[in-house]
Amino acid sequence: MTNMLNALQTIKEQAAQTLCDVGDVKALEELRVKYLGKKGELTAILKQMGTLSAQDRPKVGQLANEIRGDIESLIEQKADSLKAALLDKKLQAEKIDVTMPGKAAPIGKQHPLNKVLDEIKEIFLGMGFSIAQGPEVELDYYNFEALNIPKNHPARDTQDTFYISDNVVLRTQTSPVQIRTMEKQKPPIRVIAPGRVYRSDAVDATHSPLFHQIEGLVVDKGVTMADLKGTLEMFAKRLYGEDSVVRFRPHHFPFTEPSAEMDFQCFACHGEGCRLCKGEGWIEILGCGMVHPKVLSICGIDPEEYSGFAFGMGLERIVMRRYNIDDLRLFFENDLRFLQQF
Amino acid sequence: MNLSMKWLSDYVDVSGIAPRQFSEAMTMSGSKVEGWEIEGSEIEKVVVGKILSVTAHQDSDHLVICKVDVGAEEPIQIVTGANNVFDGAIVPVALDGSTLPGGKKIKKGKLRGVESNGMLCSLSELGLTAHDFPYAIEDGIFIMQEDCQLGQDIQSALGLNDTCVEFEITSNRPDCMSVTGLAREAAATFDRELKLPKPSLKPGVDSIENYLSVEVAAPALCPRYVARMVKNIKIEPSPRWMRERLRASGVRPINNIVDITNYVMLEYGQPMHAFDHKYVKGGKIVVRTAKPGEKITTLDDVERTLSPEMLVICDQENPSAVAGVMGGEYSGIQDDTNMIVFESACFNGASIRTTAKKLGMRTESSSRFEKQLDPQTCIPAVQRACELVELLGAGEVIDGIIDVDNSNHEPRRIKLEPDWINHFIGINLPVEKMHEILLKLDFKIDGDYVIVPSFRGDVEHKADVAEEIARFYGYDKIPVTAIRGVANGQYTASQKFESSIDKILLAQGMTEVATYSFISPKYYDKIALPADSELRRCVVISNPLGEDTSVMRTSTLPSMMEVLSRNYNNRNKAASLYEIGTIYLPIEGRDLPEEKQVITLGMYGENADFFTLKGVVETLLSSLRIKECDYVANSANPTFHPGRCADIVIDGQVIGTLGEIHPVVCENYQIGGKAYAAVIDEASLFANVSEESGYRPLPKFPASTRDLALLCEDDLPVAVLEKTIKSSVGHILEKLSLFDVYRGQQVAPGKKSVAFNLTLRAADRTLTDEEADAAVKRVLKALAGMDVQLRG
Repeated sequence: MTNMLNALQTIKEQAAQTLCDVGDVKALEELRVKYLGKKGELTAILKQMGTLSAQDRPKVGQLANEIRGDIESLIEQKADSLKAALLDKKLQAEKIDVTMPGKAAPIGKQHPLNKVLDEIKEIFLGMGFSIAQGPEVELDYYNFEALNIPKNHPARDTQDTFYISDNVVLRTQTSPVQIRTMEKQKPPIRVIAPGRVYRSDAVDATHSPLFHQIEGLVVDKGVTMADLKGTLEMFAKRLYGEDSVVRFRPHHFPFTEPSAEMDFQCFACHGEGCRLCKGEGWIEILGCGMVHPKVLSICGIDPEEYSGFAFGMGLERIVMRRYNIDDLRLFFENDLRFLQQF
Repeated sequence: MNLSMKWLSDYVDVSGIAPRQFSEAMTMSGSKVEGWEIEGSEIEKVVVGKILSVTAHQDSDHLVICKVDVGAEEPIQIVTGANNVFDGAIVPVALDGSTLPGGKKIKKGKLRGVESNGMLCSLSELGLTAHDFPYAIEDGIFIMQEDCQLGQDIQSALGLNDTCVEFEITSNRPDCMSVTGLAREAAATFDRELKLPKPSLKPGVDSIENYLSVEVAAPALCPRYVARMVKNIKIEPSPRWMRERLRASGVRPINNIVDITNYVMLEYGQPMHAFDHKYVKGGKIVVRTAKPGEKITTLDDVERTLSPEMLVICDQENPSAVAGVMGGEYSGIQDDTNMIVFESACFNGASIRTTAKKLGMRTESSSRFEKQLDPQTCIPAVQRACELVELLGAGEVIDGIIDVDNSNHEPRRIKLEPDWINHFIGINLPVEKMHEILLKLDFKIDGDYVIVPSFRGDVEHKADVAEEIARFYGYDKIPVTAIRGVANGQYTASQKFESSIDKILLAQGMTEVATYSFISPKYYDKIALPADSELRRCVVISNPLGEDTSVMRTSTLPSMMEVLSRNYNNRNKAASLYEIGTIYLPIEGRDLPEEKQVITLGMYGENADFFTLKGVVETLLSSLRIKECDYVANSANPTFHPGRCADIVIDGQVIGTLGEIHPVVCENYQIGGKAYAAVIDEASLFANVSEESGYRPLPKFPASTRDLALLCEDDLPVAVLEKTIKSSVGHILEKLSLFDVYRGQQVAPGKKSVAFNLTLRAADRTLTDEEADAAVKRVLKALAGMDVQLRG
């Protein structure tokens, strides 16, 4: 019996020894057969169990099973590590140059004017404004007369007008939408009206016969000039950042009284004056004012009961400032090399 | 308006206020400053010198060597090429290391071997002209006749030490187009005393009645006409102080009389004219409207034909000036002028504006008059002119004033409503403070009423009074509040729809463009639009900038073609573009056209073909949940390839077109390859959006698939096969996809094989093979009638 027990111990030691050196799956299988197979060394010993006494048989049997279990788990461990090594090798071989460029899916780009316009719309929508629209080919009445700009008013000179006929023009401003809105809708009114406007300016880097404005109108009971300042200051902060600084200074528009222009403190020099702001320290961004009581009356709104404010800004100038675009013509040339930058 | 700060200082003390501070405060109180310039600030180290000797240069014919006393211990040596220098001449000397206008630096050096320690300056090198110093010559060294010391800075020697502030004056404030008007604003802004000039004259000689009478035949167009006369005129240059102020205000000095009229205009804002009395025939001035066809040659030597609505200043016979716009050729001051008539008048602003516009001559005078000036300024202005004549010794003022006054002297009264103003602005200012502000601006207070000064024609309403109070209260001090009340801001359904269009097209890789709404009518030829097409009837701009932008487009295709062409010719390899743009369709009998939004797609490049474009359109329509539409071949649209163009049809109505651009049209746009475009009417799409369908459960039972290869006539549209399959299979057809179209050796000539894959599924059970086969049989039976067989 001692011989058999010794033989079993030897098998165990040998197996552990040889398993260490196995380098591939095939050799491992051969070893498994050698030790654990039907004609394997362990089986050979078990076959001699019959020669043992009934008393010794369980001892040998127990050891033999223990050793079988040990060898099996050793083989399993080895198999796992071989597999992992194999996978590692495969992955090594699959290595790529991750610095090579990606494969881009085509994506469309929104025109920069509309991209920024959408942003502005969202800001005003968040402040409770709706979006109004009006015709671009417009009656002189809406574009001028109803806005307190009668025929031969000098203010007409500042807006070189394209005429279709004596009483039809291409609108020179989005302000006629104010009138159309007030004619259709009773207060409370809170709208912006973005759109195209036309002026007879020859094309150059800063002029275009067609450009975009965004008009705004608020009419309700008890609307004050302080509300105008609050609304537009909030707009400026949302568009240009919380730390932006604006100022309101007196100006003149025939359809608002008092009138103002809102300037944005030059972000390059913080009001000190530099080349960007032409030494002024401030950059003009929009015109605004309290709706002239005469205009309210023209639209059938009682100025004793209601008051309101209006504002208007040029989209192109805002977009040009946003992206440092120095030539207005780029917007309408639509070269993809330009459009795809936004 | 350029304001001389020296001049301003005559009427309000602005000492101790730096130009920047002055500008900011004026801007904030309503007189916008565009910039300021300190005269002579670019000049450094240029001094007064006296030439002690002039000697010839050994090595040069044209250079001379001057010894110049510049007030230093030793005279300096300067070599110059000018030939007007002489011993004893007083000249401007740019020393070594000096700077001249334009940043030009002067350093010592050698000229043909002779040392030169600076430069003698001409007028233009100092940024001046002979108008500033009429005694000097333009080409040569400036030989100064000023009272000055050697070594004195040239700025102070020449009076180049004024600060000139440039204002942007809004059209409602013609009173601020003057030194006195701005002085009033400045006094109110800085809370300083306003000291306006009060002209005082010696008793005149003679009497105006001996020489002149005035008749105003059109009082509505000329509310006031004031005339005074001066005799024994001595025409000469104005004194230096006057020239300096004119120059600082951007006006060229001419001679004493002309300068006086300009000086008064700048000071009071009242344009003046000086007529030579010898050309006032009959000694009578008549202010009337022009006779039809009447002609006048204006000062600029152009003969102009007048029309009856224009106001003219005439003598007994002919017009001698277009009122308020420009004088006639004989109206000006000549060298031999002996007696003059000063005109100080007030004209109807709208009339002046119309006349100036019609004659195409907007002058300094007309641009002031058209803003409607104050009739009450006529008298002080003409008095000031006469005072200046006396001061300058330019002539003898004749006694008497002719004043034809039809103006309204009744001042405007506006009720002051302090509560309304406080609520309107959002402040809480006591009424006394309001009074204070208004009084500073020369308003008067009469109980509850404000009396508006005559020069403030712009103040008509209590809102105007509110503005006066707001701007001197300070716009920056008005609080910042949020609007109260309920707001219901949202996009309308059609605005949301339009924004979905953007998103779907962008997601498909289409890039948005923005094009002009106006085009040339010739562009319709470029897209081969038929001569009789309805689309050629456009809204036409009567005063276009050019032919290219002369009509409002009735089609967006030319705009898209233009953009495709520009990108193609800028060598951009491929383009997939879209625009949601407006077209303008005239409506018979209506003033305004219909403005419709059109979705326009355009493509060219390697991956562009008809079906790529159609895929974009199909995805757009299906994502927008547009009802089922048909694509109907259209071979008659001349913009497109006759075999590759389809109309998009919903319920028999064409809502759009897509196709390959006709090669001739491509050629018209210099596009070498193929281009594709689609136009779709946005409103028609919006009208055909189907209800949002709810969630469809994922299938619980497996699908059966069947492939069908069908043999049919080559010209049978695939859409017909698809429709037949769909209708004959019925609701168990989950998906039908085309996977092959074959023409060639394997099929008979004139035939094609079209292969579909059918996915069949029932929602409530597993379909049996028998059911699937039966469906295929139904398809084949239906197709048999169209001469379509299963391909064996």
